[in-house]
Amino acid sequence: MINKAVKNIEEALRGIESNMTFMFGGFGLSGIPENIIKELSKKEIFGLTCISNNAGVDDFGLGMLLKKKQIKKMISSYVGENAEFERQMLSGELEVDLIPQGSLAERCRAGGAGIPAFFTPAGFGTEIAKGKEVRVYDKKPHILETALTADFSFIKAWKGDVAGNLIYKGTSRNFNPLMAMAGKVTIAEVEELVPAGDLDPNQIHTPGIFVQRIIQGEKYEKRIEQRTVRKR
Amino acid sequence: MALDKNQIAQRIAKELKHNMYVNLGIGIPTLVANYIPEGIDIEFQSENGVLGMGPFPFEGDEDPDMINAGKQTITTMPGAVIFDSALSFSMIRGQHVQLTVLGAMEVSENGDIANWKIPGKMVKGMGGAMDLVASAENIIVAMMHTNRFGESKILKKCTLPITGVKCVKKVVTNLAVLEVTKKGFKLLERASGVSVEEIKKATEAELIIEGEILEMKL
Repeated sequence: MINKAVKNIEEALRGIESNMTFMFGGFGLSGIPENIIKELSKKEIFGLTCISNNAGVDDFGLGMLLKKKQIKKMISSYVGENAEFERQMLSGELEVDLIPQGSLAERCRAGGAGIPAFFTPAGFGTEIAKGKEVRVYDKKPHILETALTADFSFIKAWKGDVAGNLIYKGTSRNFNPLMAMAGKVTIAEVEELVPAGDLDPNQIHTPGIFVQRIIQGEKYEKRIEQRTVRKR
Repeated sequence: MALDKNQIAQRIAKELKHNMYVNLGIGIPTLVANYIPEGIDIEFQSENGVLGMGPFPFEGDEDPDMINAGKQTITTMPGAVIFDSALSFSMIRGQHVQLTVLGAMEVSENGDIANWKIPGKMVKGMGGAMDLVASAENIIVAMMHTNRFGESKILKKCTLPITGVKCVKKVVTNLAVLEVTKKGFKLLERASGVSVEEIKKATEAELIIEGEILEMKL
């Protein structure tokens, strides 16, 4: 067993620098590495390229890094719900690369799986296809999308063991397993860190080989973006 | 009377067939789940990674780890399954999801759809819409026939940046049900009390009108 557990968040974030490319798991605010993001917002690192499906909200998630202007470029599929983001983008302070959600997921997966590029029908004929190679397969046009990797991937799981094996809960899984694969260094924060042997190998979603460091998050706020309920 | 949003959803629900896997977009499409016809089993897919989506949770049961693609708290039905985003879009691109219902800002007579960007104004992003429209076998658009300035959203050619080409099969609006054919929009049904003339007036694109156009049944 290779032990990936680190003592504290300081040690978990060792090696991060300005101008690096980071990936962040999560969909909306669900399954984001909230403790790591909070800690990153305290660091004096800037010029970051962040790959994340969304950009958080104004005062939580990646919104915290945006507010401090630590992010130079965002690569995302959907960035509504964040006024500061919109302001920075429209004023030209923030560079934004919007890509279809399925292509974003597959590009991360490909990056971790050793596949440099792939053809997909998504986006053919639209402005996102500009400059991309087109090939017809089965009479249908497809565009070439390249793999994405990151200097660091920050992901969030429900349970993890010290070997870095991870189990996610509910729809907070989303991009986390794919980004875990695509990071040169992947750092996982979990709600519960257990000794090796405590997790059933049959039930593990992300094998520990994709995770370099693991830490139990100090406190989870787990904010809900759209609280929708029905009456009892 | 033109339909309201719930009635548009109600009409679209009639397109659902037994044992279909369906992806519903944000807005009017989400309401379709409230009108599943009696005796029909449907599994709803949400592209953030759940198949077998159920209704909203009871007050107090909300779980931040259980949301749909609109980031709303949801529940799951018996037999539901959770997966990652790449697997989710494998279901979509691989055409395992049989029907996609989504909203639009514009639809053109060759089946192009625009729903992700208004240059200089609104840039929220396409989310999963480009993947969905590029692959689904059957795409139904749910939308109002005209925008808030009274301008037609049913066009000869889209004016906004498009989301996908030649993909929309049917459009259900507050005024009419339209089919996208090789020759353009064919008027299939009209809202109760709305005349064919009124629909033609509200539509920029040419309409193919054959025989008597019956009123929609909800």
